[in-house]
Amino acid sequence: MSFTLKIVGALAVVGGVFVASHFTLPPVVTIQRAYRGTGSEIVYLPKTLAKSRAENVSPAPEPKQDPAGQPSSAVYQNVKVAGKVDANEFLRLMASIANWVAPVQQCNYCHNAENLAYDSIYTKIVARRMLQMTEYINTNWKQHVGATGVTCYTCHHGQPVPSNIWFHAPLPAPNFAGGMAEVNQGKNLVSSVAVGSSLPYDPLTPFLEQANNIRVQSTQALPGADDASVKDADWTYALMMQMSNALGVNCNYCHNTRAFRDWDQSPPQRVTAWYGIRMVRDLNNNYLDPLAKILPANRLGPTGDGPKLQCAVCHKGVYKPLYGVSLVKDYPEIGADGQINLTADIGAVGDYKDK
Amino acid sequence: MATYQNIFTRVQLRGPIHSVPLPRGNDPRLGRGGFNYLLGLIGEAQIGPIYLGTLGVASLLFGFIAIEIIGLNMAASVNWSPIQFVRQLPWLALEPPAYSTGLHIPPLAHGGWWLFAGLTLTISILLWWVRMYRRAVQLGLGTHTPWAFAAAIWLYLVLGLIRPVLLGHWSEAVPFGIFPHLDWTASFSLRYGNLFYNPFHMLSITFLYGSAVLFAMHGATVLATTRFGAEREVEQIVDRGTAFERGALMWRWCMGFNASAESIHRWAWWFAVLVPLCGGIGILLTGTVVDNWFLWGVKHGFAPSYPLLTPHVTDPALTYGGPK
Repeated sequence: MSFTLKIVGALAVVGGVFVASHFTLPPVVTIQRAYRGTGSEIVYLPKTLAKSRAENVSPAPEPKQDPAGQPSSAVYQNVKVAGKVDANEFLRLMASIANWVAPVQQCNYCHNAENLAYDSIYTKIVARRMLQMTEYINTNWKQHVGATGVTCYTCHHGQPVPSNIWFHAPLPAPNFAGGMAEVNQGKNLVSSVAVGSSLPYDPLTPFLEQANNIRVQSTQALPGADDASVKDADWTYALMMQMSNALGVNCNYCHNTRAFRDWDQSPPQRVTAWYGIRMVRDLNNNYLDPLAKILPANRLGPTGDGPKLQCAVCHKGVYKPLYGVSLVKDYPEIGADGQINLTADIGAVGDYKDK
Repeated sequence: MATYQNIFTRVQLRGPIHSVPLPRGNDPRLGRGGFNYLLGLIGEAQIGPIYLGTLGVASLLFGFIAIEIIGLNMAASVNWSPIQFVRQLPWLALEPPAYSTGLHIPPLAHGGWWLFAGLTLTISILLWWVRMYRRAVQLGLGTHTPWAFAAAIWLYLVLGLIRPVLLGHWSEAVPFGIFPHLDWTASFSLRYGNLFYNPFHMLSITFLYGSAVLFAMHGATVLATTRFGAEREVEQIVDRGTAFERGALMWRWCMGFNASAESIHRWAWWFAVLVPLCGGIGILLTGTVVDNWFLWGVKHGFAPSYPLLTPHVTDPALTYGGPK
């Protein structure tokens, strides 16, 4: 074999390994998002899409029950948030929740097997709050969830703890040496939230828990009042990468990328996403963060905070969770203006036992 | 018969160590020179002797300080772990001071190291430029190389010094880091409304791609005409022979025009130099004179509007209120 061939062969092997480990085989499917010729396309890989389709299937609803004709509070003891639900529908809802949230552990994940009415396990208290949250979302955040709505399964996917929840990063980050060295900048480490870039690794706290301005782009051609810095853009960029990844879409699903800020050129999905950010912020502050008081230490973050939502908790890589299949239409009691008492006291562990 | 080629060759050039006497007052060169097989595969096998001189030593010293500051701060950000330093090196960086620092000198841990590294790196680069200029003059050459280097230094200074000073914030400058400086370019474009609508960015890209095309055309022409003597390029410029006649014919037949053997090098030099020159102007105007390049493009009628394919929507913040 000639010298040249050896060199070319060696390069081909190295190149082949690089290509095989960094690139995906065609075909690639593209979906046009804006006027022809502008190259605004969303890119999908059929293989990845097929996997996602298989992973994001809505379970079939439980068969409908004939109403018992009396509310669950009249039949069962210690029903705090779902007391208005018909007793038979209540049983059906409980069975569904067991399958949606704890398909392995079933009823006993939340209930004391000795007496289902006891408040012995923290998960039962949390479940009450989550029922309130579900109806709250379906009633008050229609701008984001529409008529499709959400159920426990939207986030839980058959897992007691939903995937993609997040906690505050411990501060100061333990991997910073301290002393005279540069302090933690919140960036320039591997940011898994911002899809492996060096952008800020926690863009969630400032935008999905706190209410900081997200917009950084100038609103006028010439310098004026817009004083966001390039550093601010890093944080917004990281948040947007989180969204893009969570929805499995490119930037142009919500934006015309030539003018990110311009609403006049944006697809309507951007409005849905805008409300989604407000919804997640609302839920994190009013439903998820307060759970820290109820959850045991092993369910809390390193700084003792409760688990929080980001887009990926529900979306799981899909532009519409469960590809838009609505499960809530079969469970109107937790749907918009359903029968869950949003203001009922959810109680505490040990509150109710043989009263 | 083995033919000599610089890449993919089995022929290694070996001869007397090539050197010239130094002008009076110059330091002696370091080392006596030798040959390296691996270098011989891709170019001349001779390595050294090297001329360092006072300027070279000073430049390397300041450069070393800058790299040390950057590298040690990167290492500190992974708590001095050598494994994490290697694993995460492309992600690590030394970040410019916060927006609130303005143009003040912050404490070392809050951007002071960035400022100090920038200062020593700038001194190092400028000293290297002077050294390059001095070497060119001492060897009796034109000063084309240092002036080309100066074009790159212009872009560097605009990014890290001139523009931040004009805007009053060190925070506008670029972090020292591999991925972070790339993320910075994206964030910069996002903040200032899409750099692709910046005419000087357009020019810079034109010259960048143009440089690549010119380089390929020139390289191909010289290689193709080597069998007629084109490798003696310099002699052919002043005493045109068969090689250059045929090269000229090739281009005249292909596209009706050929750059002369002399002018093609000026074309290439200017294309290359105009990349950072135009780029630097484009960066300098961003934030100082123009704040949103897309809107500026609309204002001046070169950013067209397209029909919407989706229903028109308005900003929900207008009715909903709250943080934007």
